[in-house]
Amino acid sequence: MTMPASDSGITKRVVLAAADIDRALTRIAHEILEANKGSRNLVLLGIPRRGFPLAQRLAQKIASVDTSVDPDLITGQLDVTMYRDDLRRHPTRSPLATQLPPSGIDDKVVVLVDDVLYSGRTIRAALDALADLGRPRAVRLAVLVDRGHRELPIRADHVGKNLPTSSRERVRVHLAEIDLIGGSAVNEVVIEDRA
Amino acid sequence: MKHLLSTQDLSARNALRLLDVAEEMAAVGEREIKKLPALRGRTVVNLFYEDSTRTRISFEAAAKRLSADVINFAVKGSSVSKGESLKDTAQTLEAMSADAVVIRHPASGAPARLAASGWIDAAVVNAGDGTHEHPTQALLDAFTLRRHRARLGGLPSAGSTLAGLKVLIVGDVLHSRVARSNVWLLTTLGAEVLLAGPPTLLPVGIGSWPCTVFYNLDDALAQRPDAVMMLRLQAERMNAAFFPSTREYSRRWGFDDGRLALLDTMGLDDTVIMHPGPMNRGLEISAAAADSPRSTVLAQVRNGVSVRMAALYLLLSGDPRDDDEPDAHDRTDSPPILIPEGRAS
Repeated sequence: MTMPASDSGITKRVVLAAADIDRALTRIAHEILEANKGSRNLVLLGIPRRGFPLAQRLAQKIASVDTSVDPDLITGQLDVTMYRDDLRRHPTRSPLATQLPPSGIDDKVVVLVDDVLYSGRTIRAALDALADLGRPRAVRLAVLVDRGHRELPIRADHVGKNLPTSSRERVRVHLAEIDLIGGSAVNEVVIEDRA
Repeated sequence: MKHLLSTQDLSARNALRLLDVAEEMAAVGEREIKKLPALRGRTVVNLFYEDSTRTRISFEAAAKRLSADVINFAVKGSSVSKGESLKDTAQTLEAMSADAVVIRHPASGAPARLAASGWIDAAVVNAGDGTHEHPTQALLDAFTLRRHRARLGGLPSAGSTLAGLKVLIVGDVLHSRVARSNVWLLTTLGAEVLLAGPPTLLPVGIGSWPCTVFYNLDDALAQRPDAVMMLRLQAERMNAAFFPSTREYSRRWGFDDGRLALLDTMGLDDTVIMHPGPMNRGLEISAAAADSPRSTVLAQVRNGVSVRMAALYLLLSGDPRDDDEPDAHDRTDSPPILIPEGRAS
């Protein structure tokens, strides 16, 4: 469905609605458990901002399958601001908090969680940040949307939806934990195009 | 923010942003690998025209934790002792492509001169100029106070101001750049500032400062401050008789064992004692007070590194052509086409 936005010349297209996001996350949660052969040594690290609520939702779903898991004890947030390669190209960014689960990440299977995989540069920064925090046994990547246009040799292990896009388009992920649109919390993935 | 010269012209928004970034820097200081790659390839020069241990070491540690290269330029043993001017020294540093100059100078206004002169392009950080300002010291004091209060209330300190806090600054205000920087910054952040000292050690025009002045330390303590900041008696700057004897000063204006006990009898269990260092033990602060659990002296030193990391990061990272704060620093992948507008506000 295409609807003209209030701004002139921008079209918006909802590609994933709330139910689609929920189904994709349910599948990813099962994939993670399957690839890891259970929930042992599993840590989910969300990349701010929208990776963190996604990691929390995945942890909830994993806990609903495997009741021995406490979702709060396997979820964390990994800020990558200070490791970015484009700090000099943008206005100064304020770093956000990095919070690891109490068990740490040494010898764990760390699943990085982000909303959109695009150039791959954020994930490169995240891998560097992880190396300064500990030595995981393995690192995997789960994303809600893979929109292509990779600039580095990085791929995701778990993908909610592959979205072929043009680099002119913007992919916006809205999550109820963070995004209020018109006063109501919204879960959706939108593609915007400047015509 | 291009330079950090004083706290008087620092907005509450910029001050809070710096303190919030310092909060994340403090978390790095608790990790095993205390290093971030953010300022890789940038050069920070420490240009110290006055003696200093903790400030210089603190700036050096801060720059190194951000992976910047550090050049320490101590004036003793340099061409300055052969008569080189500030301008020539600055242009030498410019030719060596310094990205930031951390300057301490005995003349008030030297850092502002360096920043405004056009001699160099580097960011200038004031590390203490004469009796004018010492902004990073005030910022680390504010950071220490904010953390102290957050711990008492069991709340996160990030994002909070100092509103409602009562801070008493005692002693040699006349020669103290720390006192001046703190008066401006703490009031900007919403704290109430009280000053106490002998009239000879209070500057002319203090009536126009945004604070209450007391001429008796015990009267000031009766106001039940949340923090007491003792200033160092700056004997090296004193060229006149400001008080009859050090013993009298210590008795009337020192934070001695009696006043330490007074805090307990007044029930001020959460009042902390601060000192910017170096301390004259037995003069403005007694050994018992300096070593008591109320003392934040070592926490201040520790926080100094975090605050200076935040200052260097905010001055040196980011596009130099555009130093305004983005609201949408959140979107992660690199092409700017992906950065959404801040919706959560």
